[in-house]
Amino acid sequence: MTGFNAVSIDDRFEFGAHRFTAEEIKRFAGLYDPQPFHTDEEAARNTLFGALCASGWHTSAVMMRLMVDYFRRAAVDAQARGEPAPPALGPSPGFDNLRWMRPVFVGDEISFTGRITDKRLSQSRPGWGIVSMDVVGTNQKGEPVFSYTGHVFMRSE
Amino acid sequence: MSKRHFEDFNVGDRLPLGSRRVTRAEIIAFASEFDPQPFHLDEQTGPDGLVTGLLASGWHVGALFMNMLCTGFLLDSTSMGSPGIEMLKWQHPVRSDDTLTGFSTVLETRTSKSRPDIGIVRFRHEVLNQAGETVMWLENPIMFRRREGDSA
Repeated sequence: MTGFNAVSIDDRFEFGAHRFTAEEIKRFAGLYDPQPFHTDEEAARNTLFGALCASGWHTSAVMMRLMVDYFRRAAVDAQARGEPAPPALGPSPGFDNLRWMRPVFVGDEISFTGRITDKRLSQSRPGWGIVSMDVVGTNQKGEPVFSYTGHVFMRSE
Repeated sequence: MSKRHFEDFNVGDRLPLGSRRVTRAEIIAFASEFDPQPFHLDEQTGPDGLVTGLLASGWHVGALFMNMLCTGFLLDSTSMGSPGIEMLKWQHPVRSDDTLTGFSTVLETRTSKSRPDIGIVRFRHEVLNQAGETVMWLENPIMFRRREGDSA
């Protein structure tokens, strides 16, 4: 069965969690998003956030890593059980409604979960479908910090 | 010159982003840490036939755009961060040795009801490669401190 046909609306996934350290927050920010609230504890204190926090792009990239690792583990586990591999991720045309609801501070542990919300055949690329997934990131207090609706191409035949 | 405040953004303004050349080493470094799918790590493995060759992770292109936004105008502004991205399209692959440029167009400006010292500017950002192809575009709001509310 192809990736597209193997997924159903309302399928749910638990991608795992990541704890953000000051070192990695500042390293990512230094490379890509050197705004004071992402690079310097002291400067961050005088901003809307009140303390050093991760770039939203950093939070998003960490979600991607957990998602890739999840599907890789799932493929290995399925193979070990002699079952067909779960859908592999394909290229993505984009996403909608990405929200950074709360800052991700040093020491926060963010857990990501996903749910398939839509699947449709691609009009522009015969043999491919597009699957949409809502992903939510929640901190250790149970507060949502991140959500988005991602879209991914999967083979339909 | 003073920093660019909320009041300095007007609908229709087109602000250039900083330019950025993408290297093979950084495509692989970013992918190794955040998006280790085969087609972001190795020239030989295309993602199941849709595109081929080594491609930068879309999240890497997003992070590179963020840096281009910072050097373009955000670091010299009263930016207070962003609540999110309304939509983003990855339209064209980014490969090693591409040189990215782009611009941000102001779509809308509005003041915050809950925080009178803050204004929100909605942008459409476009990132182009050296051939003039749009590789990514997105629309998002960014918060800026207002001049009237600036007590500093």
